[in-house]
Amino acid sequence: MRSTVAALLSKELTLEWRTRESVPAMVLFSIATYVVFHFGLDRDRVTGDLASGVLWVTLLFAAILGVNRLFVAEYEQGGFDGFLLAPVDRTALLVAKALTLFLFLCIVEVVAVPAFALLLLGPPLTQALPELVLVLLLANAGIAVLGTLVAGLAIQTRARDLIVPLIALPLLVPVLLAAARCATPLLQDGGAGALPADWLAILAIYDLLFALIAYAVFDFLLED
Amino acid sequence: MLTIAFALVFFYAPNDADQGFIFKIFYVHVPMAIVALFGFVAGAVFAALHLRSQDSKWDMRSYVTIHISVILAVGVLVTGSIWARASWGHWWIWDEPMLVSFLIVFLLYATYWPLRFSIEDKEKQSRYASVFAIVAGAFVPLNFAAVRMAESFTHPQTATTTTSAPPSVTLTFLVALAGMTLLFITLCKYEMASKHATFRLRALRRRLAGDEDELALNGRSAAPQL
Amino acid sequence: MRGSSVFAVPDPVPALALRGAGRRYGERAALRDLTLELEAGRTLVVFGPNGAGKTTLLRMLATLLRPHAGEVSVLGHQLPDEGYAVRGRVGFLGHEALLYRELSGRENLRFHARLHRVGVQRVDEVLDAVGMTARCGDPVAELSRGMVQRLAIARAVLHEPDLLLLDEPLANLDPAAAAQVAPLIGAGSGRTRVVTSHDPAGGLRGADLALGLKGGRVALLAPAAEVDPGQIAELYR
Ligand SMILES: Nc1ncnc2c1ncn2[C@@H]1O[C@H](COP(=O)(O)OP(=O)(O)OP(=O)(O)O)[C@@H](O)[C@H]1O
Ligand SMILES: [Mg+2]
Repeated sequence: MRSTVAALLSKELTLEWRTRESVPAMVLFSIATYVVFHFGLDRDRVTGDLASGVLWVTLLFAAILGVNRLFVAEYEQGGFDGFLLAPVDRTALLVAKALTLFLFLCIVEVVAVPAFALLLLGPPLTQALPELVLVLLLANAGIAVLGTLVAGLAIQTRARDLIVPLIALPLLVPVLLAAARCATPLLQDGGAGALPADWLAILAIYDLLFALIAYAVFDFLLED
Repeated sequence: MLTIAFALVFFYAPNDADQGFIFKIFYVHVPMAIVALFGFVAGAVFAALHLRSQDSKWDMRSYVTIHISVILAVGVLVTGSIWARASWGHWWIWDEPMLVSFLIVFLLYATYWPLRFSIEDKEKQSRYASVFAIVAGAFVPLNFAAVRMAESFTHPQTATTTTSAPPSVTLTFLVALAGMTLLFITLCKYEMASKHATFRLRALRRRLAGDEDELALNGRSAAPQL
Repeated sequence: MRGSSVFAVPDPVPALALRGAGRRYGERAALRDLTLELEAGRTLVVFGPNGAGKTTLLRMLATLLRPHAGEVSVLGHQLPDEGYAVRGRVGFLGHEALLYRELSGRENLRFHARLHRVGVQRVDEVLDAVGMTARCGDPVAELSRGMVQRLAIARAVLHEPDLLLLDEPLANLDPAAAAQVAPLIGAGSGRTRVVTSHDPAGGLRGADLALGLKGGRVALLAPAAEVDPGQIAELYR
């Protein structure tokens, strides 16, 4: 299982490195969205809950772009068949794809969050950086698991690009809610507040539950 | 079955006539919400049985329960919005976790039909729909919990204040709940029977056309087939 | 075991055993009531006009499609329940190469080698055998159809499968390439083979059993030696 995941993951990263299909688009989209928010809100700097909301809504929509492309190469170039012909555990594909999406999101945030701090954020990002990284990682995990599941669900449909956001956005509302609540005190003016532990716990529990659900149902998306 | 259900549904209406006019909608709104919630969860259970047994009978049940539950969810949104208008003066309020959750759940389940419709292969369609139903069914209570928590944090006083209700209210409510449950079951049964009939009719029509080989003449549909 | 040869003790279990096998797509039957047995090491050639169900049969044997009717046993394992035991022991060459277009031939084969837990040196071996060593660093998207087919053949035999499922394996190959891949996928490969073909004479050569499909039904099933190319041509009429 571990070697299969490693093989799939390295293939995934090589493909992304070659085609540069997902990550650059996600980064550009995030930055463009901050610019749009600047004009839409008519503000030079945002703080607290507004900052948290702008950050998460942007990252969420950027994630949808990555989710849309997640299984396209498998579907169009026979990757599913090639994988299904190998004597390997099918869960490996779920794990590898979720890890891929997780890594993509982390890479995007390495650029997009500093860009957010530069363009819009009022207080300095450094006032609660470790806490913010923790929230980002937990939210990324949730988005990765649910995104992989939704991408798998939508890949056989004709209107894939429409179905993905329609399913993913409601499913991700609790992630958005918890992540935004967690980040609000971290981004407020005049020193960071404490990280709300209960929302962090909710985020973690939500991640875990959907990881279990995804594990239980993913095989059925691969059957003929 | 149908007569009992309708008898009960009509039976509860005069019962709450003596309550305040606005409060009356409570007997429709809350039971409807509870039944719709259980309907979504039941849809997920049927979907799981479908995946396990590969029997399209369960897919049909899952489809029908979700279908009726979504209709009830629309009812919940409408009645909730009227209730909100009457008691707070706004058509929509974000403080009411039930209403907000139902909006999110409704938005999610509204994709059930597009998803089914845009998968051409029948077996894939039912399998993917079942996976969706399971994921969404698990999402419903989780989403509820998350939204409820969000609201109770901002407005601690709106947390479940179960003030002891007078027995007449409890009784009417329970009767209303039973009536709504029966109505739900009846609607499901009715819908199932109508789907069966449509399917049988189509099969007969095909046989009349005398074409056994080209069975795929009928147009694409989002409904499962038996 | 991998790469078991015909010269070993004869396997009492037939490599393929189908009884009343059928498969639908939606409501259209693509394959129905197919009954046949194939001994290990033998070759079955499948003929039939476009849409006859050849690809459907091969994908079913490869565990990519589940049978809807009848019993299908491959290498002694009942499908679909024991599919996991069959996977990795069949080499499938379909209409599509199953290669990522942006990866090079070697990267693709290495990926499949890791999935099948085969050593890296085997990749160079098969690349050499299909004559693609020189161009194996180019992205698949930049190769010609015949070159892609060669890589697909290399992919199909990479893990030394016991059973080869070949869907028009020589499509797009020049005569020299066809001769070059013969030791890998030809009658001399010593493997059990199921081959589809539209060429009556060429298909019958090196085959032990011939199957003719038409509209998903069996139109002909006989030892290849007793079949006349004219009978095959009749199928296409
Ligand atoms: N994915 C699919 N969905 C629906 N119908 C399909 C699908 N694949 C094949 N069919 C149908 O199944 C029947 C058999 O198709 P199949 O691909 O097995 O034919 P074939 O013998 O391989 O033809 P060819 O010589 O063109 O490759 C055809 O009627 C085809 O339309
Ligand atoms: Mg074919």
